[in-house]
Amino acid sequence: MHHEGNYGAVVGVNGNMLTVEFDTLVTQNEVAYAIIGEDRLKCEVIRVRNNRADLQVFEDARGLKIGDKVEFTGELLSVELGPGLLTRVFDGLQNPLNDLAEKSGFFLQRGLYLPALNYEKEWKYTPVANVGDSVVAGDVIGTVPEGIFDHKIMVPFELQGTWTVSTVEKAGSYNIEHVVAVLEDERGNSANVTMVQNWPVKVPINAYREKLMPKESMITQTRTIDTFFPVAKGGTFCTPGPFGAGKTVLQHAISRFAEADVVIIAACGERAGEVVEILREFPHLDDPRTGKTLMDRSIIICNTSSMPVAAREASVYTAVTLAEYYRQMGLNALLLADSTSRWAQALREMSGRLEEIPGEEAFPAYLESLIASFYERAGLVRLNDGSTGSVTIGGSVSPAGGNFEEPVTQATLKVVGAFLGLSRERSDARRYPAIHPLDSWSKYKSIVDEKDIAAARNALRNGNEVGQMMKVVGEEGTNINDFIAYLKGEFLDYVYLQQNTFDEVDGATNEERQNYVFKKVMEVMENKNFKFDSKDAARSYFLELRQLFIDWNYIAQKSDDFIAQEKLIDQKIMGCVNA
Amino acid sequence: MRKVYHRIIQIAGNVITVEADNVGYGDLAEVTSRRGSSLAQVIRLEDDKVFLQVFSGARGVSTRDEVRFLGHSMKVAASENLLGRVFTGSGKPRDNRPEINDNLVEIGGPSVNPAKRIIPKNMIRTGIPMIDLFNTLVESQKLPIFSVAGEPYNELLARIAMQAEVDVILIGGMGLKHDDYLFFRDTLDKHGALSRSVMFVHTASDPVVECLLVPDMVLAVAENYALEGKRVLCLLTDMTNFADAMKEIAITMEQIPSNRGYPGDLYSQLASRYEKAVDFDGAGSITVLATTTMPGDDVTHPVPDNTGYITEGQFYLRNGRIEPFGSLSRLKQQVNADTRDDHRAIMDTMIRLYADYKETLEKQSMGFSMSSWDQKLLKYGDLFENRMMDLSVNIQLEDALNLGWQTLAECFDKTETGLKSDLVNEYWPKA
Ligand SMILES: Nc1ncnc2c1ncn2[C@@H]1O[C@H](COP(=O)(O)OP(=O)(O)OP(=O)(O)O)[C@@H](O)[C@H]1O
Ligand SMILES: [Mg+2]
Repeated sequence: MHHEGNYGAVVGVNGNMLTVEFDTLVTQNEVAYAIIGEDRLKCEVIRVRNNRADLQVFEDARGLKIGDKVEFTGELLSVELGPGLLTRVFDGLQNPLNDLAEKSGFFLQRGLYLPALNYEKEWKYTPVANVGDSVVAGDVIGTVPEGIFDHKIMVPFELQGTWTVSTVEKAGSYNIEHVVAVLEDERGNSANVTMVQNWPVKVPINAYREKLMPKESMITQTRTIDTFFPVAKGGTFCTPGPFGAGKTVLQHAISRFAEADVVIIAACGERAGEVVEILREFPHLDDPRTGKTLMDRSIIICNTSSMPVAAREASVYTAVTLAEYYRQMGLNALLLADSTSRWAQALREMSGRLEEIPGEEAFPAYLESLIASFYERAGLVRLNDGSTGSVTIGGSVSPAGGNFEEPVTQATLKVVGAFLGLSRERSDARRYPAIHPLDSWSKYKSIVDEKDIAAARNALRNGNEVGQMMKVVGEEGTNINDFIAYLKGEFLDYVYLQQNTFDEVDGATNEERQNYVFKKVMEVMENKNFKFDSKDAARSYFLELRQLFIDWNYIAQKSDDFIAQEKLIDQKIMGCVNA
Repeated sequence: MRKVYHRIIQIAGNVITVEADNVGYGDLAEVTSRRGSSLAQVIRLEDDKVFLQVFSGARGVSTRDEVRFLGHSMKVAASENLLGRVFTGSGKPRDNRPEINDNLVEIGGPSVNPAKRIIPKNMIRTGIPMIDLFNTLVESQKLPIFSVAGEPYNELLARIAMQAEVDVILIGGMGLKHDDYLFFRDTLDKHGALSRSVMFVHTASDPVVECLLVPDMVLAVAENYALEGKRVLCLLTDMTNFADAMKEIAITMEQIPSNRGYPGDLYSQLASRYEKAVDFDGAGSITVLATTTMPGDDVTHPVPDNTGYITEGQFYLRNGRIEPFGSLSRLKQQVNADTRDDHRAIMDTMIRLYADYKETLEKQSMGFSMSSWDQKLLKYGDLFENRMMDLSVNIQLEDALNLGWQTLAECFDKTETGLKSDLVNEYWPKA
C-alpha cells in the first residue's frame, strides 16, 4: 500500500495535539509529518473521526497554522532493529542523542531526526541458515558479533507463514542494509533479509513458540529483593514510592548489578541529570560478568521531563520493543522504566485534549488496560529453536502525594508479579533501600529457603508490633522477651535489609553470599537462648552484634578479613549463649 | 502591515477568542482596549477561531477591541544591557528606563540535549551550616524552598544569592509583594550586586496571567548568559503563584482538572522550567533556587508534590529554620567527598543523633524517665539547634565541621558517636 503524496491540512492546534482534515485515507497510529517551513514535525495519528484525524505531535507545535500541510506516511510508529543498538543513547523515538548533539549542538532541534543505526559500518557476518532450509519469522539466518555476544540476524518478524531460503550470502563484512539471504514462499513471493528490520513499537513481537512460566530468579544483588521480594527472569515488578524515597537510586543499582544479558534503561519523563550520571559513568564501570564495561550491555532510552511529552508516551514502547528484540536472540533482557507514572501522565494529557470522558484523577478510562498490556510484554518465551529468552520489566511509579491509592499504582499492582513499595518513613530514617519489608510482596520464588523467609518475616512483624507498642507504654512497660523480639527485628533490618548502595562491596551481594549471610543472620534470629540481665544489656549486646555484621557486609567475600570477621561474630553469638 | 481584527467572539476569564487566519500557534498578539494595550498569546487554534490568553487580563476588553497579531512568539532581549535592570513579566521596564530590544530570543526554547550535560561538580558555598554541611548546594542544581507564607524564604534566597560565587543573579518574582520586591532590590544594591543582576517582577497587584511569563523570561536570559560561559543563579519566587495562574487558564479553557483543579500537565509544565537548570559541557551553568509555598502547610498538595518529583531535593523552611528532616540535597554526594574527609561522617552522625534527640524529646513529653543517655541527647539537641540550625549562624564549612566536633565532644564520649576511629583520632578536640 503506497501513500505517496497523501496530504491533509491542519484545522486545529491544541498543545501537542493537531486536528487534521484529510480526503483519502489514514491509518490509526500511522506516522505523519506536519510541515512548517523547512521543518517536518513528526506526529502520530491517535484518533480518526469522519474526515478529521487527531494527531499527537512529538515536538513543540509552536508556529503551526491552520491550513499547514500534513503528510501521512502510512507507516506505523516503528523502531529500527539491528546490530549496533547496544551502548547507544536514544530519545523516545529512537533518535541517537549523541548524533543529534553533533548536528545541532546544545539544544534538541525541532524536526531533526537521525537514523538509529549506522548504515555505513560493516559487520563481520557469519551465515547460519543454508539454502533450502525452511524458515519462519524469528529463525536465525546468520550472526554478527556485537560487543559481548553474537547478534542474531533473523527472518523479519513481520513475515507470515513458512519460507524457503533460496540464496544465502557467504561470510564476510557487510553493512546492515546488505541482503544476507533471499527467502521464497510457496506462491513464489520472495523476501530479502538484511541485518535491519523495522517493527511497530506498539505491537508485541511474537515470533516465538510459547510463553512459559517465569521461574528462575533474576538476581539483582539487592538483598531485600533477592531474598525477600524476588524478581523472576521474564517477570514484572514495580517500585512505587513518594519523591525522594529512592526509586531512581534503586533502579540504577539494579541496572548495574542485575544478572541480565541486556539492560534497557528507559528514563521516561524524569530528570535529565540522572541520565547524565549513567551516560558519563557506565562507560567507565566494569561489568564483572563480561569483563567489559556496563555500557556494553546497556541501551538508554532517554526522554526526560522537558523533552516532548508525546515522545515520552512512545518511549516506553520503544524501550520494550528493543528488549523483545534481544529476547528473540535467546537473551535475558531487563527493562527498567523510570517512571511509568510520567508515561501515564502523558496519556492523561493527550486524553484531556481529546476531550475523552475522564476516569479517576482525570486519567483515561483505558489506563488500566494500557498498563496491563505494557507489562504483558514481559515474559519468558520458548523460541523457535527451543532455547529460551526473556524480558523482565521493572517500572517505578510516582504516586501523587505518595499515596498508593491512586490509579497508576493500583492498575500496576494488579498486573505485576512483585511489589516493592518504598516508604517515606524508611527513607526519612535513611533506612535504604526504603523497600517496606512488611507491605511489599512477590509472587516469585526466593533464593533462600522458604521456611527461613517465613520465619524472618514473622520476626520482622513481631519486632514491629513491639516497637509500636513501646511508643505507647515506653521501654519500662515492655517485658524483656518482647524487647528482645524488638531488638531482633531491628537487627535483621540493619544488617540485612539495609544495604549501602554506594559502597563497592555492600552495594552488591551475590546469590551465594546472600545465602551464606542470611543463614548466619537467621542463626541469631532463631536463637532462643539469649539471656540478659537487663534491657540495657540486651540493647548493647545487639548493637555490638549489629556493628560486627555491618562491618562484615563491607568486607569482600572469601578474603581473610571476611573469615576473621565471621569468627568474631561466632564468638559474640556463642559468648552470649554461654553467659 | 499586519491585519487588525475587530471581532472578538468570546471573552471568558482571561481568554478571548477571535476569528482570524494565518495565525501561528503560540504567536503573540496585541490587544488594544480602552484600558490600553496588552500582549496576548495564542493558546489554541480551532478552524478559524483563535484563542488568546491576555496577559493583563480580559477585564474591560470589549467585543469590538482591536487584536493585532505580531507574527512571532514571546521574545526577550537577552543581552548584557539587561544587567542592573528591572522588568515586568512581559519584559517592560519597571524602572522608568528605556526598553531594551537587542539580541531578542524566543522564550521557552527547546530542551538541552542530555548528551551535552555534565555531572555537576562544584559546591556553592552559602555560609549556612544546614546547607553547606548537611544539604550541600551544587552548581546547576534545581532546588526549591518548601515553606509557608510568613516564613523568611525570600530573605533566605537573597542571602544565598549574596554569598554564592556566581557571575549573574536573575530574580523572577511571581505574585511578589511590593515590599519583597523592594527588599530584593535593596539587598542587591547594598551588596553591590545590582550591576550583575536582572529582575523580572510580577507583583501581587499585577494581572495574574502575566506571572506565567516570568520563569520563561528569566530562564531564557539565563540560558543565553550560560552559553557565554557565565555561572548564572536564578531565584524564582513563588512558583506556587505560577502554578495557580496556570490553573486559572486551564479552568477557563474548560480543561479537565487532575487534582484539586490543577491541569493534568502541571508536572510537565513545572519540569520544563526546572529542567533548564544545567551544567553545560563546554559552557556555563544555570542554578535554580525557587520558593514553593505549601498551601495549608501540606507537602502532598499538588504544587509541592509535583515539584518534589522534579527538583533535586528541597529545603524545608519552618519556624525560621531549615529542617534537618525532609530537607535534602540530592546532589550533595557529587561534592561532599572532596570537601574534607570528615564531611560525610559528621553530616550523618550529627543528623542521626539529632533524630535520637527528637525521640528522647517525645519520650520526655510522655513522661517517661530520662536515662543518662537521654540527658546527653537533650544537651546535644539544644546545642545543635543553636549552632547549626539557627539561620543567623554564618560560618564557613570548615568552621562548621570543627564546631560539629566540638559539639559532639561537649556532649558525648568518643565511642558513643559511632564515628570511625581514624577520624576521631584526627579531629576529636583535645581536652
Ligand atoms: N540506597 C540509598 N542509599 C543512600 N542514599 C539514598 C539511597 N536511595 C536514595 N538515597 C538518597 O535519596 C535521594 C533521592 O533518591 P532517588 O532520586 O532515588 O529518589 P526517587 O524515589 O527516585 O525520587 P523521585 O520520585 O523524586 O525521582 C538520593 O539522592 C540520595 O541522596
Ligand atoms: Mg527518581
